[in-house]
Amino acid sequence: MTKTNLPPAEDDPHPEHSRDAPLSIHDLTVAYHRKPVIWDIDLDLPEGKLIAVVGPNGAGKSTLLKACLDLIPRVSGDIRVYGKPYRQQRSLIGYVPQRESVDWDFPVSALEVVTMGVYGSIGWFRPVLRKHRAKAQEALEKVGIGHLAGRQISQLSGGQQQRVFLARALAQEAQLYFMDEPFAAVDAATERAIVALLRELQQQGKTCLVVHHDLATVARYFDHVILLNMRVVAAGPTAEVFHNENLQKTYGGKMPLLEEAGQALRQNLS
Amino acid sequence: MFFGDPILLATFSWEIFREVLFLQEYNTRTVVTSTSLLGISAGMVGSFLLLRKRSLMGDALSHACLPGLVIAFLVLVLFGGTGRNLPILLLGAGATGLFGSAMVLWLRNHTRIKDDAGMGIVLSVFFGAGVVLLNIAQKMPGTRTAGLESFIYGQAAAMMRADFILLSVLAVAITLWCLALKKEFTLLCFDENFARSLGWPVQRLDLFLLLLIAAVTVVGMQAVGLILIIAFLIIPAAAARFWTDNLGRMLFLSAFIGGISGWVGASLSSLLPRLPAGAIVVLVASSIFIFSLLFGSARGIVRRNLDQLRLRRKIGRQHLLRAVYETLEQMSPTPDDPFPRNRPVPLERIVAQRSWTRQDVRKLLRRAEREDHLHEWNERELSLSESGFGEASRITRNHRLWEIFMITHADIAPSHVDRDADSVEHLLSPEMVRELEEKLGLQNIPASPHPLTREVHP
Amino acid sequence: MTWYTMDTWIVVVGALAGIACAIPGCFLVLRQMSMMGDAISHAVLPGLALAFLITGSRASVTMFIGAALIGLLTAVFTQWISSWGKVERGASMGIVFTTLFAVGLLLIVQAAHHVELDPGCVLYGALELTPLDTVTPLFWLGLGWETPRAFVVLGIITLVNLALLLLFYKEFKISSFDPNLATTLGINAQKMHYLLMSMVAVTTVAAFEAVGSILVIALLIVPAATAYLLTDRLSTMLLLGGGFGVLAAAMGHFLAVWLPEVHGLPDVSSAGLVAVTSGIFFAAAVLLAPRYGMLGKFLNRRPLKKHKAATPLSPEKT
Repeated sequence: MTKTNLPPAEDDPHPEHSRDAPLSIHDLTVAYHRKPVIWDIDLDLPEGKLIAVVGPNGAGKSTLLKACLDLIPRVSGDIRVYGKPYRQQRSLIGYVPQRESVDWDFPVSALEVVTMGVYGSIGWFRPVLRKHRAKAQEALEKVGIGHLAGRQISQLSGGQQQRVFLARALAQEAQLYFMDEPFAAVDAATERAIVALLRELQQQGKTCLVVHHDLATVARYFDHVILLNMRVVAAGPTAEVFHNENLQKTYGGKMPLLEEAGQALRQNLS
Repeated sequence: MFFGDPILLATFSWEIFREVLFLQEYNTRTVVTSTSLLGISAGMVGSFLLLRKRSLMGDALSHACLPGLVIAFLVLVLFGGTGRNLPILLLGAGATGLFGSAMVLWLRNHTRIKDDAGMGIVLSVFFGAGVVLLNIAQKMPGTRTAGLESFIYGQAAAMMRADFILLSVLAVAITLWCLALKKEFTLLCFDENFARSLGWPVQRLDLFLLLLIAAVTVVGMQAVGLILIIAFLIIPAAAARFWTDNLGRMLFLSAFIGGISGWVGASLSSLLPRLPAGAIVVLVASSIFIFSLLFGSARGIVRRNLDQLRLRRKIGRQHLLRAVYETLEQMSPTPDDPFPRNRPVPLERIVAQRSWTRQDVRKLLRRAEREDHLHEWNERELSLSESGFGEASRITRNHRLWEIFMITHADIAPSHVDRDADSVEHLLSPEMVRELEEKLGLQNIPASPHPLTREVHP
Repeated sequence: MTWYTMDTWIVVVGALAGIACAIPGCFLVLRQMSMMGDAISHAVLPGLALAFLITGSRASVTMFIGAALIGLLTAVFTQWISSWGKVERGASMGIVFTTLFAVGLLLIVQAAHHVELDPGCVLYGALELTPLDTVTPLFWLGLGWETPRAFVVLGIITLVNLALLLLFYKEFKISSFDPNLATTLGINAQKMHYLLMSMVAVTTVAAFEAVGSILVIALLIVPAATAYLLTDRLSTMLLLGGGFGVLAAAMGHFLAVWLPEVHGLPDVSSAGLVAVTSGIFFAAAVLLAPRYGMLGKFLNRRPLKKHKAATPLSPEKT
């Protein structure tokens, strides 16, 4: 993973960015009203890695994801996916939104939600066919809740709902996955299932950008980490950048758990 | 209320009623058919509006139709017509309606005005402009605006045959379009951001939904009036939601409820022609809504409360039986004996097992007696019947299986198990029990993984 | 242009309606419950009709109370349906008010036999006619001073609303901003909600004669929303909201008098023009508001970039 602070050259907008990084973010700034949320983000993601986005509340973790996905307007910035503008590469991208972002009272079954993952490949006006449902069922099996396919989504537990979202992203058969807090408020079994799934995706050469809130598990689950607090404080292989000094920079004085996390980290690395 | 009217009573007879309800007369047949078709299309489109959580958008939109309607009328009159050209009137109404509701979306996206205030603003300002224009139209020499006012309150009886054909065709077209876009609308309503990340043009889809709503509104204006068409968009969908958790079924049920309300409402209003048709249609729909709210099979109030009551009873019974079983275990001469014998248990010890009062236990015992779980009981002791003992050992076994499963498989501290197990075992299916048994390699009732004795409350 | 004493009365009545409406209106906008105003104002119809039917007169206190009660019931029913039936708030509002409106329409048609009552009058109001219906409010002092009844009614309601606002200012403020916080501070948010709903219902009934049951929302919501675009302070917003309400009433009626003379148009509804005028103010605010308007946004976008360029922040420097 490289970071650049150099001004871009005139002829090539970003020469130092690798041509076909799964995701290359250049000069990204996002503001709500006049208040900037993230500033001058400059990142290239390495291929085939599990990458955590870590930072305090309000650091702009979700905003970073949403800005990459074109869900919120950007003040400036250029997003490239495998070397091409984001809009041309949508089929390569999978998205797992935050669980609270939807109404789980909605009258659809788990299978129907997962089927939404293949809507992109079905196209306008065409109905959902049996083969699409079969694909969705397969994705549900993969996250271990195939038997709940017909359940209405409000009757699922929090962990199961999260798995439904993961299954939906799997059904997208993407190369690059954006996951917004998939580990938030899930049970231990689901957490293990998600980790196993992430590993499997990695083995298939896919890249996952995951917003993560639990510092204690960062080193165990992820090989790369992006420390974010409005700006990228540090980014790189977990072993290199995920240390106390950077964490202090990221969390500042706002983090009473910092010491604890540092301890957990030392134990993990030793 | 209206049956008290002497004029109405005179014209009312069962003969006519039957004639109307079963479409024996050509005129009523067209009115009733087109109102039913309108109900079907409104129910269909309204379902998505409800799921998009924009039910009141129909309100803003329909009020915003008024100025367009009058402008179209004025233009027609200026070009020397009578102003009785339905397609053009509807086109005008739809245009301002759509413009108004698009404005709500624009305000939400570009200013700090939220949906609700945006709707209130569009609704009142557009309607105000409509009223001003209507004043102008009414006072223009040589025009008859009576037809225009029927659009506000709805007067199906004032419609002509050609109108009905137009309306029916439009209603069918709307329904079909809605079905064709079911997949897209579902995605839009459920998870807008995901839809956007897939590359669906969310704003265009939103506009498309609005367009269909505008179409329903203008189609329904003449039959039920521009204020009450809102009800047609909201009520069938909200009523249908109480009966099912399946979107497809909800769509059809909503269309069905809309259709039935249209049918019954239009029939009734052709029996009582002086009454505004829209009001009757809406009251029929609201009656169906209230019935669904109470008795809906999926989310109705009665059903939900019954479910809760049943669950509470089930849990109470299981707690009681397990308490008895565990007491029997403690009373058995060898504490490790996994098979306690059925014998009388002092009531005092059962009360002490949980945070029960004596009254609670008595109530539970009375219910258990009715279910033949008790052999006999009095104020001092109780004994389980054959079936009660069997049930008690089964329940205890399930409970223990869960506890052990959670300890061995889910990293949960043993001290926390009891409470968690309590809340899940009641939902355990036989297949899951079998699965647990296999997983754990257990056949008998395992001993409790945590000490059973509790401190006896003084 | 001819301006009669009557016209002054009309403007005064409209202005009072504007002030009376702006007070609950601002809170409706802040609580994102604007459509509750709409629902209540539509639903008042059966209350009015029922009162007409029972008392056979337009000027009774019973009528007033009955209508206001039905307005309040709208809020209660909405609450019930959305909490018991788990129906989304907007939808349950729509269900309640359309049903009540339908009942009202039936009742009005029924009442039309017995009382002179035009549904149009209820819906769009008759601001022009308010000065004709007069009372002598100070007869008990032996004064024969004749004033329009609407003036007396709206005057009282305006004073009551003002008094309630001053009495419960901080409670309203907190419970609008954060109902949970209000509860922890010992303020019953539920009670404040129903107090606000009562204010809306009473004000709506008082103002319906002047501006009609639909256009009353134009005075409840539009001036408040206009003010909301111009300020971040609640007190300023309330003042501005009231001000815009008064201006809209005055300008609206002025246009109603002026337009026919200038353009040869026939008489037009003052109430309708009041709504249109308030809409014009709102549109102006959307465009020109210094901070939240289009122009303000356009001007603000630049400094952000300039500011950003001026202070280069590298990822290393924190």
